[in-house]
Amino acid sequence: MTLIGAGVPRPDAADKVRGEARFVDDLAFPGMLHARVIRSPIPHGRILRVDLSRVATHPRVHCTVTPDDVPGENVVHVIYDDQPALASDVVRYVGEPVALLAAEDRESAREAETLARVDYEALPAVSDPLEALRPGAPVVAVPAAAEGRDESPNLFNRMRLVKGDVKRGFAEADVIVEGEYRTGYQEHAYLETQGAIAVPEEQGAITIYGSLQCPFYVQGAVAKVLGLPLAKVRVVQTATGGAFGGKEDVPSQVASLAALLAWKARRAVKLVYDREEDVLTTSKRHPSVVRYKSGAKKDGTLTAIEVDFVYNAGAYQTLSSAVLWRGLLTAAGPYRVPNVGIDGRSVATHTVPNGAFRGFGSPQVIFAHESQMDSLAERLGMDRLEIRRRNALRVGDETACGQKLKESVGVLETIERARELSRWEDRLRAVAAFNASHPHRRRGVGVSSVLYGVGLGAKSPFLDKAGAYLKLEADGSVTLAVGTVEMGQGLTAALSQIACDALGIRIDRLQLTPVDTTRVPDSGPTVASRGTLMSGLAVLDAVKKLRARILDASNGLGIPEEEIPARLNEIARSFFLRNLDPAVEGWAHAEPVDWDPETGLGNPYFVYSYATHVAEVEVDLTTGEISLEDCVAVHDSGKILNQGTASGQVEGGIVQGLGFAVTEEIAEKDGRLKVKGFTTYRIPTIRDAPPSPTVEFVEALYSPGPFGAKGLGEVPLMAAHAAIARAIAHAIGKAVSAYPLSPERVRQALAS
Amino acid sequence: MKISLTVNGAQRAFDVHPGDTLLEVLRREGYKGVKKGCGAGDCGACAVLLDGRAVNSCLVLAGKADGSEVLTIEGLSKDGALHPLQEAFLDEGAVQCGYCTPGMIIASLDLLTHHPDPNEEEIREGIAGNLCRCTGYTKELRAIQAAAEKMREARHG
Ligand code: FES
Ligand code: FES
Repeated sequence: MTLIGAGVPRPDAADKVRGEARFVDDLAFPGMLHARVIRSPIPHGRILRVDLSRVATHPRVHCTVTPDDVPGENVVHVIYDDQPALASDVVRYVGEPVALLAAEDRESAREAETLARVDYEALPAVSDPLEALRPGAPVVAVPAAAEGRDESPNLFNRMRLVKGDVKRGFAEADVIVEGEYRTGYQEHAYLETQGAIAVPEEQGAITIYGSLQCPFYVQGAVAKVLGLPLAKVRVVQTATGGAFGGKEDVPSQVASLAALLAWKARRAVKLVYDREEDVLTTSKRHPSVVRYKSGAKKDGTLTAIEVDFVYNAGAYQTLSSAVLWRGLLTAAGPYRVPNVGIDGRSVATHTVPNGAFRGFGSPQVIFAHESQMDSLAERLGMDRLEIRRRNALRVGDETACGQKLKESVGVLETIERARELSRWEDRLRAVAAFNASHPHRRRGVGVSSVLYGVGLGAKSPFLDKAGAYLKLEADGSVTLAVGTVEMGQGLTAALSQIACDALGIRIDRLQLTPVDTTRVPDSGPTVASRGTLMSGLAVLDAVKKLRARILDASNGLGIPEEEIPARLNEIARSFFLRNLDPAVEGWAHAEPVDWDPETGLGNPYFVYSYATHVAEVEVDLTTGEISLEDCVAVHDSGKILNQGTASGQVEGGIVQGLGFAVTEEIAEKDGRLKVKGFTTYRIPTIRDAPPSPTVEFVEALYSPGPFGAKGLGEVPLMAAHAAIARAIAHAIGKAVSAYPLSPERVRQALAS
Repeated sequence: MKISLTVNGAQRAFDVHPGDTLLEVLRREGYKGVKKGCGAGDCGACAVLLDGRAVNSCLVLAGKADGSEVLTIEGLSKDGALHPLQEAFLDEGAVQCGYCTPGMIIASLDLLTHHPDPNEEEIREGIAGNLCRCTGYTKELRAIQAAAEKMREARHG
């Protein structure tokens, strides 16, 4: 039997089409209260007085919580611990939690919220990162969190990467192009908002049920804020309605707030955000300014790049240092560049803390590096695919940070396959013909190639591990538990396939249990496109151990090996009767990585995934409106375990990339985000989606991966937005340098 | 106040407050398959059939629905057998996180009931009010096309 690579249906889908999947807001516990968060209305200010006396008089309010009630440390534990769970003295962004209340029902909680009175002394605020770096700017960052405080009190982190001799590289170049690129906020817009339920348990323990990506982060955060040993905190993931990075760090905050109320109330407390609240107060993709200089020889060979980029981190560190790090190591693209200078800064401002979002600090620099490749091609009179092909990394090459690539480098294949599948030359001709015959419409074709370091890498190598628990039940069915989560991406299917394939059983004989921190050891976060790879390896390790025991037992029973799958129930029964241990634990950790913060060089990731996308757009010259007509997406993520879920990831990533580049925008003024839920934040609808994108996988196998798999989840978005942006630039024949490419921006570009 | 609704074929009476939306009442009464994505009519996750037409239940006051017939996602399968739309969503891999799925299927049901043979444009129009952040809509479109065909076949025997 081989289940690997097949389009096996997802085991989690049937409940979802019946409406029976249980998301966090679908759950209730006896005596459960409903929480509301009292939040700061201003971007920066001193809290003078918090008066909850009227809240407490509401007949249905059970309790309120202020910083004085925090039994442990008043922090949302992520990396730097600079963010308080409840602001106690200063507020630093609009929406920052100040106090909490819990009431018997949701309506009452909402009514009571309006009775809270908090007085502030407004202080000057800064929301632009470049302004925040100027001398004399209002200070945002908590000093201990500003690693760059010697330079500026608002400089959270500065990271550099220097290789070769940039000056010499530019001297050797025949052409040099420079550009400045800006991107704005992108909101995750998972269809299910943030939510958690905290349930006090016996013996001073607590359980958190929540919509989340990183159960072990939440466990750590709740333990810290309540002052409990980790063993007293159990986290169970509920069905999760999309995440995209937005449920990486934020659930630690949501769960901490729910836990504080539950701890005080000694009752279960549910905290589920409204859409408006969610969009206003939770993390987003970092707005960016990227300056990029590239040099190449006549034949297109890159000689040097110099990159300077700044990310708006918002008021607290959360994950910004890791986001910046990935930006640094992605900024050169999937290309050979001998001389490299990259300088990245993440800056504190009085805005909502930004965090993880699919691509994690890479899409911003990808927009820049792919625009630069096109500018070079134009100056050199070269084909845009050709210049990428010439510079593409190959096995044996060194990346921009000096990592020698030993295997599994499929970028060249993705470029060549994208050329064939898109009928590149024909398409360029067809587009030119179309444009010649349509006075008010223009078509354009864009291409983009990317690389993605799979896993957490050398920024946090201690996180790249995973556990699995596998138990042969007495009837030959199998129970499996892992520590990374299903959030829509298809992990349930992939891991079930791996286990069932190795054990020779049908998918419906295996149950993957809900992720629960008490079942397996800390398996790191479900991020960085690492779920299938890391948990897949842990499952394989467990399967190997269990199979050895099964073989032993079957020998004893005189069952030949080829009959094991069919007679597994007999074998399982013998485990039971002979008191054999039917349960095993699997464990996996990543290959070693290293990185030198002084030079920015090293082997930061154990392997990379790659992709090339070709997009075709049509632009209405009168309105500036854009439609995505077609997209060809070719990916190297090593072995693809499930074609159906993998192509679903790519199709979804294309449309999310379209949103990033074209439709999604949040204006900000004086630290206030001008957005009202989905009413004004426009994610693509089916009307915006391309009719039938072509998705193909070239599989450059990664030998340590499960069956040769690498990672996929984030890569489609990373490649798609830049291909779309470049197609728009091609269509209108003008430079585009800022996202989103809204009709207004396109009209401006046309008028320039 | 009291209202009576026929939900998924069963006649039921509910106590409601004047400001309650149909979404709130249905979820309170256990129809948790009806999802709230925005509460403002922007996402379609809360879609149900109200007297045969898809509505965003977050925009309907429960009192106004008094005496109506409601179909939620829970009422779609018959005796455990999935509706062709549910089957098609499974077969085509149109489900990822699944949060938009109930509303998407209900909106598609409305569409296919009134346009048994929709072209691609009509399908796009039909579910333009249903947001999905995961799938990119490709497989959902195919699922609706496949379901339309199955339902037509079933109708013509
Ligand atoms: S919840 Fe009703 S339309 Fe979004
Ligand atoms: S499947 Fe996740 S929102 Fe549609």
